[in-house]
Amino acid sequence: MSTSIMSNVEALSTAPFDARFPNQNQTRNCWQNFVDFYRCRKVKGDDYEPCNYFKKVYQSLCPNSWVEKWQEQIEEGKFAGKI
Amino acid sequence: MATWSHLLFQDSASPTMEQMIFFHDHTMIILTLITTLVVYMMMNTMYNSFTNRVLLEGQEIETFWTIIPALMLIFIALPSLRLLYLMDEINNPALTVKTIGHQWYWSYEYSDFSSIEFDSYMIPSSENLPSSFRLLDVDNRTILPMNTQIRMMITAGDVIHAWTVPALGMKIDAIPGRLNQSSIMINRPGLFFGQCSEICGANHSFMPIVVESVNTSSFIKWMNSMVE
Repeated sequence: MSTSIMSNVEALSTAPFDARFPNQNQTRNCWQNFVDFYRCRKVKGDDYEPCNYFKKVYQSLCPNSWVEKWQEQIEEGKFAGKI
Repeated sequence: MATWSHLLFQDSASPTMEQMIFFHDHTMIILTLITTLVVYMMMNTMYNSFTNRVLLEGQEIETFWTIIPALMLIFIALPSLRLLYLMDEINNPALTVKTIGHQWYWSYEYSDFSSIEFDSYMIPSSENLPSSFRLLDVDNRTILPMNTQIRMMITAGDVIHAWTVPALGMKIDAIPGRLNQSSIMINRPGLFFGQCSEICGANHSFMPIVVESVNTSSFIKWMNSMVE
């Protein structure tokens, strides 16, 4: 993302509170948003803009190493989630 | 940070820590009163002449010394629960920062607006400047904006670590395969030091945490400088 976006206060937002995950343990929150993003893309097509909400959330919450690992697993067809 | 002959808490830098200090003081007052009373009664028992040594029961005093301790426990438990739930509250965070514990350094990820990733290693004593803090300074500090609700996501890459900053009232286990969440609001600028608090191997003592609290515009400036 470009620098100009960051100087815009509107763009300074992160994943909001999710009532499904009120606990300290947020592992499932990260996982669910990751799966939802790929599921959303599969159902609605790659260009469907609202899907990117899930992407923004999982990028904010998930450690990058987890995301990389899962994306690798998807490519190799051995991802454990239902997409 | 803690300095020489520092016995009590560090000065608080967040509302959470402030409340924790209040709770500590409150509990210590009750504790001191009870201890004083018990010591007084023990002294009294030792030095009196046992005028009531055939006394077998006293309904009034027994009722009294059952109810009073119960009330005291309630007066400790209720503020404790209040604090517990306040600390658990996630107040609509403006920023998410991910902390990953490794053997033996912390790495940080800021992925909300642009992807910033860096590792934070301790500066070894041999490279210390006269101005640096031995075993406490790091090469890349964790820059956080003050007066902002921040969501910390904490996990580990290998073994269990614990991300701890006493001045902020933070101590969260970093567990491989699990994402822990906590929120902080820093209410003043400054450097806040902490150390890994879960024994994690040979260099457990040498993976400190330095949080640098800055104002929002400096924070954005820093983010921009990290992206470029």
